[in-house]
Amino acid sequence: MIYLDHAASTPMRPEAVAAMLPYLTEHAGNPSGSHAASRIAKSALEQAREDVAACLGCDAREVIFTGGGSEADNLAIKGAAWARHDEGLDGVVTTQIEHKAVLGATHRLAKEGFRVEHARATSDGIVDLDELSSYLDERTSLVSVMTVNNETGIVQPLGELYELVRAQSPHALIHTDAVQAPQWLDMTVATAGCDLVSISGHKFGGPKGVGVLVNRSRTDLVPLIEGGGHELGFRAGTQNVAGIVALGAALMATHEHRSEETIRIAGMRDELQSGLLRQLNNIALNGDIERRVAGFLHVAIAGVESETLLVALDVLGVCAASGSACSSGAIDPSHVLLAMGMSRERALSSVRFSLGWASTQPEMEQAMLGVADAVTRLRAVAA
Amino acid sequence: MAKVLVAMSGGVDSSVAASLMIEAGHDVTGVTLKLWGGEQDSGCCSVSDVEDARRVAAQLNIPHYVFNFTESFDASVVDPYIAAYARGTTPNPCVECNRTMKWGRLLERSEQLGFDYLVTGHHARIAETRDGPRLRRGDDAAKDQSYVLYMLNEAQLARTLLPVGHMTKGEVRAHAVRLRLRTASKSESMDVCFITKGGRETFLGDRVPRAPGRIVATDGELLGSHDGIDRFTIGQRRGLRISASERRYVVDIDAHDQTVTLGGRDDLLRAVTALRDLEFPGERPVATQLLFGQTRAHGTPAPCFVEGDVVRWSRPQPRVAAGQVVVFFDDDIVVGGGIAS
Repeated sequence: MIYLDHAASTPMRPEAVAAMLPYLTEHAGNPSGSHAASRIAKSALEQAREDVAACLGCDAREVIFTGGGSEADNLAIKGAAWARHDEGLDGVVTTQIEHKAVLGATHRLAKEGFRVEHARATSDGIVDLDELSSYLDERTSLVSVMTVNNETGIVQPLGELYELVRAQSPHALIHTDAVQAPQWLDMTVATAGCDLVSISGHKFGGPKGVGVLVNRSRTDLVPLIEGGGHELGFRAGTQNVAGIVALGAALMATHEHRSEETIRIAGMRDELQSGLLRQLNNIALNGDIERRVAGFLHVAIAGVESETLLVALDVLGVCAASGSACSSGAIDPSHVLLAMGMSRERALSSVRFSLGWASTQPEMEQAMLGVADAVTRLRAVAA
Repeated sequence: MAKVLVAMSGGVDSSVAASLMIEAGHDVTGVTLKLWGGEQDSGCCSVSDVEDARRVAAQLNIPHYVFNFTESFDASVVDPYIAAYARGTTPNPCVECNRTMKWGRLLERSEQLGFDYLVTGHHARIAETRDGPRLRRGDDAAKDQSYVLYMLNEAQLARTLLPVGHMTKGEVRAHAVRLRLRTASKSESMDVCFITKGGRETFLGDRVPRAPGRIVATDGELLGSHDGIDRFTIGQRRGLRISASERRYVVDIDAHDQTVTLGGRDDLLRAVTALRDLEFPGERPVATQLLFGQTRAHGTPAPCFVEGDVVRWSRPQPRVAAGQVVVFFDDDIVVGGGIAS
């Protein structure tokens, strides 16, 4: 099997598996307790918090562990908007190319009466900052723009966004869904200006079902889950100690190996890209590839429906993706590509290949041959 | 061994169809169609049905995919359905879905992907006759679904397998129980899959511009008024909101002046039914051949002859609403069908 869907989920790094095992097999303690078993769990939890803080460029007391990236996004967006509503802040500004977790939260807020605006993207796949800035005002509570788009891999201009928001909306918090970023970007720099940062363990070699929300400005957030006051009161529920420890270990390994992995993976991605461009006609790259992170290759393949191509590739053992598959597995025309002004036809014939830390050189050659073969066959039948 | 693609709705019939294909030694892949993108709480294409189908495919250890046909389903099935009611006619969306989705886009895609056969869980059989493959009624008379598949032509029948057609529903369920399939005890989907809780009237009410009109008797006497003809179907008896001593049926709907005519049962009887879009998998039957015409999915067939675009009933039959399908049988073989005009 050739796994080219790292943007959906990555295999766990061996460091992460090794780190979490003792907390699955040996250490049963609840970190909130007061005895020796609890102290072991608590100590591991807090060590992970410090490791995560170091990799993300924040203070350990600003790290909130959650049940994944979607929860982190929801806690940031709903939690901040709800908490600040009484201060007369009712504006929420985001983009049309966000992950569904952000869009779900902003749609909920719109139903509740918040003024919510979604800026489009340019055909490059970059948020249209002119449009976004037209939505900013004194009552803007929160601005949410992702760090790296999960379909195209395009890096969003958070630095410019920061300047705009500070100039036009003095009270606004900036949230970024950085779920796709830790593998590729130095988070201490890339997300430095953001008040709230979401990440998810399984996108960089950690386990599924555990994430982080960084609350850098220590703003008040209305919790989504209330109870025993865990995570500084922002997220009740006994912590997933093993998962958190593994997330910390995966993030440390990612942070440590990032430079060399990025170079290696970009090289393999470029090889796959040039191979496909050489083997197939009528294919085009989506988004501004100058602003694309190393692991992404998003191509429109004319004359082939991506839904069909993905089945043909799966049969050949190549795992790729299209659009953002919903939980049912059905593929909708990508809202990201449509927001970039792309035609439905092109959106429905676009496929994402995403590489990660576990990708290898020989896989690229096999993948390239498999894609070329499948596309050629499907085009022949369709013609 | 053939490469087959099983359309798995998440129901028990298609689940068992998939397992029968595996037991027969075929190379089996499952697919579920996402057809309706709107609000949903019932029917055969909800998210929970997709989950059921994926679970069954996992239990059977076969690959499974979801194809998103929501946009074509809207264009080919839902929009024409709404337009038909707005015109005062009574469409059959299941027939149109089979025609355009399952044996349209899905069959086409299965061929593209190199599958030899498309398999579904319909209760019908395919008979090899001297004249070529023909659709035949399923063994379970009460569950027979040949009516909604009448449009399959020889080329489509040659690429289709219907493995549960020789089983009764009870046998299908028993098979599912033996395999411990999650869908074994699942209830039947009865209604149009995209119609939600509020029923047809609510669904159409939100989508069809309504114009009030008169309700009259066959002699022209004014009986009352209504707020839109999409509430009515030829032959309808319930929900007329008219008090009357004898039973009244909708016997006519005039979409031009929005008039609904009520009458007695005899006023519904017709000696002939005009059809459009007649289709026959083989040669057209001669006008003297006695056939049996069926006008509803589980209706009783009545003797008839087909002459040109007209069905001539041996005994007068209740009027068939425009848009409804009439299917002709010779014994239990589907000879063809058409749509009442």
